[in-house]
Amino acid sequence: MSWTRMQMAERLVREFQDGWVVNLGVGMPTMIADVPMGDRDIIFHAENGVIGYGAVCAPGTEDLNLVNAGGQNVVLNPGASIVHHADSFALIRGGRMDVTVMGAYEVAANGDFANWKLKGAKGGGIGGAMDLAASAQRVFIMLEHRTRDGASRLLPRCSLPITAAGVVTLVVTDLGLFAPLGEGFALRDLAPGVTLEEVRAATACPIIA
Amino acid sequence: MARNKTYPDFDAAVADIPDGAVIAIGGFAGPGTPYNLIAALARRGAKRLTCIANTTGGAHKPRMPDIGMLVENGQVAKVICSFTAATRASDVLPFTKYYESGEVEAEIVPQGTLAERLRAAGAGIPAFYTPTAVGTELAEGRETREINGRRYLLEYALPVDFAFIRAARADSTGNLRFHRSQRNFNPLMAMAAKTTIVEVEEDILPAGAIDADDVHTMGLVVHRLIRVPPPPMGLWTRKREVAR
Repeated sequence: MSWTRMQMAERLVREFQDGWVVNLGVGMPTMIADVPMGDRDIIFHAENGVIGYGAVCAPGTEDLNLVNAGGQNVVLNPGASIVHHADSFALIRGGRMDVTVMGAYEVAANGDFANWKLKGAKGGGIGGAMDLAASAQRVFIMLEHRTRDGASRLLPRCSLPITAAGVVTLVVTDLGLFAPLGEGFALRDLAPGVTLEEVRAATACPIIA
Repeated sequence: MARNKTYPDFDAAVADIPDGAVIAIGGFAGPGTPYNLIAALARRGAKRLTCIANTTGGAHKPRMPDIGMLVENGQVAKVICSFTAATRASDVLPFTKYYESGEVEAEIVPQGTLAERLRAAGAGIPAFYTPTAVGTELAEGRETREINGRRYLLEYALPVDFAFIRAARADSTGNLRFHRSQRNFNPLMAMAAKTTIVEVEEDILPAGAIDADDVHTMGLVVHRLIRVPPPPMGLWTRKREVAR
């Protein structure tokens, strides 16, 4: 047993606090917008200047001039606002994101992570990731614990070019919830049916339970 | 009476773009992208261009006019973008082949830094320090400085010859309004450019029809307006509206 991607999203959402401004990266983190927030008032910020967006539109109801960072047509919640890119990133650099949630290829025990360039690639895709990673109050990472070949994505140090140094707060994988501690990761939660031994065997650095 | 900035067609609006021009192209994931102006620039055929945009274009069908098309046309020397590969590693951009072979140069810039470099150019600020990209390979060999205990990277303004943008509404003096996330980079590119060319979705209004309080980008930095031909079905779709 382990967490599905939706369960990973739900586990991270449990960490959100009432009133937070949340930025969601493309890929896996977009699922977070579909998780019920309960009583908490959460404001979603998209890097393209949309503040206060909600669910993905039902087919046929889209405004094609309104997208989130992943290019999905979304609705605006009451109280939403729209600004240009410089203001949107001023909010980011100005420290007004309580958390940014991003996917990654690798995350390291020293709090570095890598999500913009693959090994040997000439090009890459940074988007807003470096701005968000450098300046959000918290950086949450969502990723599969292992690559398709079974190698650990949780490492002592990143092997790929990093997106930002020493910024990661929390990491959710299909196996559990972790916090970088310098030389290893603290285990904060285990997915149901997963043992500590299994996590340790799947991870290329110490897990501190 | 203010000058009417309306142009008859897209080709006329880009007819003076010379070889070697620096062109900023607005838009983010569709909204605000000046597809008709990009198509006109492809017809115009100006070469050795530097193109500034968030991405080099999409990997998906139907193919829309994008920087990738200008690259395939042999018109582009350099791109300055926040993506030089697709978001999904499995997608291959038309641009990639030319970049990897060295035919086209690319400068990858974090998106917020790209926006701020354009803003700085429009605001008369030559350079600024930002925390973004500190400690990454983008900062290698470049000037950083510690201010109040935090390390920052020096970034330079990005001035532009021509901005291509798209707006929902304009008056004849060039005052613009954008609809929803159509705004994105567009106001910044207009400010950063010597000449701003705008494709407009609605009929161009007489001066004064947009209240001064409601202007998103002032006509002062807008030079040419072209009405996007109405879609035949009355429905906004990306595919139908591209003028041929």
